[in-house]
Amino acid sequence: MLKVSIYRYNPDTDSAPYMQDYELDTEGKDLMVLDVLELLKAQDPSLAFRRSCREGVCGSDGMNISGKNGLACVKPISEAAPKGKLVLRPLPGLPVIRDLVVDMEQFYTQYKKIEPYLQNSSPAPAIERLQSPEEREKLDGLYECILCACCSTACPSFWWNPDKFIGPAGLLQAYRFLADSRDTATDERLSNLDDPFSVFRCHGIQNCVNVCPKGLNPTRAIGHIRNMLITRAV
Amino acid sequence: MVKAVTGFGRSGLYDWFIQRVSAVVLVAYTLFIVGFIFLSKDFSYASWSALFEQRWVRVFSLVALISTIAHAWIGLWSVITDYLTNRMMGGKATVLRILVEVLLGAVAVFYAVWGIEILWGV
Repeated sequence: MLKVSIYRYNPDTDSAPYMQDYELDTEGKDLMVLDVLELLKAQDPSLAFRRSCREGVCGSDGMNISGKNGLACVKPISEAAPKGKLVLRPLPGLPVIRDLVVDMEQFYTQYKKIEPYLQNSSPAPAIERLQSPEEREKLDGLYECILCACCSTACPSFWWNPDKFIGPAGLLQAYRFLADSRDTATDERLSNLDDPFSVFRCHGIQNCVNVCPKGLNPTRAIGHIRNMLITRAV
Repeated sequence: MVKAVTGFGRSGLYDWFIQRVSAVVLVAYTLFIVGFIFLSKDFSYASWSALFEQRWVRVFSLVALISTIAHAWIGLWSVITDYLTNRMMGGKATVLRILVEVLLGAVAVFYAVWGIEILWGV
């Protein structure tokens, strides 16, 4: 029997959040955490969580799994609950809407700030803007981000200043466009980041790297942004 | 772009740069002083005051003092803007933050003046 403890909060009926315990017979199978949630929801339809693709692509089911942020759909219970006890909480730091569902507004506001789209002031070519394989290679490790928010909600700097610090996810994407050979807004992008909060609240503790379910490295991307800022200012 | 007028240099890059440069100065000064205390054969009042008779030692000490003040301001400013935020505490956070900043500023000025007095006063 797998013991599962889940953070429950329904603002319509509960005055405060609480942990609810469940038990589930996994029949010896190494289920994914999302499978566990689906089976429990069959028992208790009031349980609320987000999910969509169930294969680590959409980024909907980011949550705090036994103390570490991750995607429920790609986290096996053998890893998340090696001693037979699984603890599920919503992503830390963001306002809870209900149970494991959080309000992602602050996260998206920061993402919007870095203008996550290609900007090019030169006239559009007849067919497309070409890149060499080497230029394209620079985007590897950046474009794969699915915006699940596991990294930003694992970051203390984002917990304290979610309205000012862009956060690892947004900064990884900021560098994705800074590194893109087809983007010509590099200088404006850097100018928008050169304040004491947007980039420089990162103190390099690498919680983001530790939790990223896609194995990406936001700390390294932030380092690249810092180097670009230094290079143009020294 | 987030506005911040009470940061050391108002630009995150500038603060970051000063923080690193001042850290290097402080490491060099610490090694110099600790090295002098433990490596000199006849460490005494005479050797200590002879050391500080030299102008370059006084200048180095002043640079280290200024580095301490800059380093402390940038570091503590980061701490208070992390923990004393309006988001967590409401409007009183602004008052509290300004109070702490004024206090830090007063301590910084006091140490700077006192340090110069000591270095050039003997």
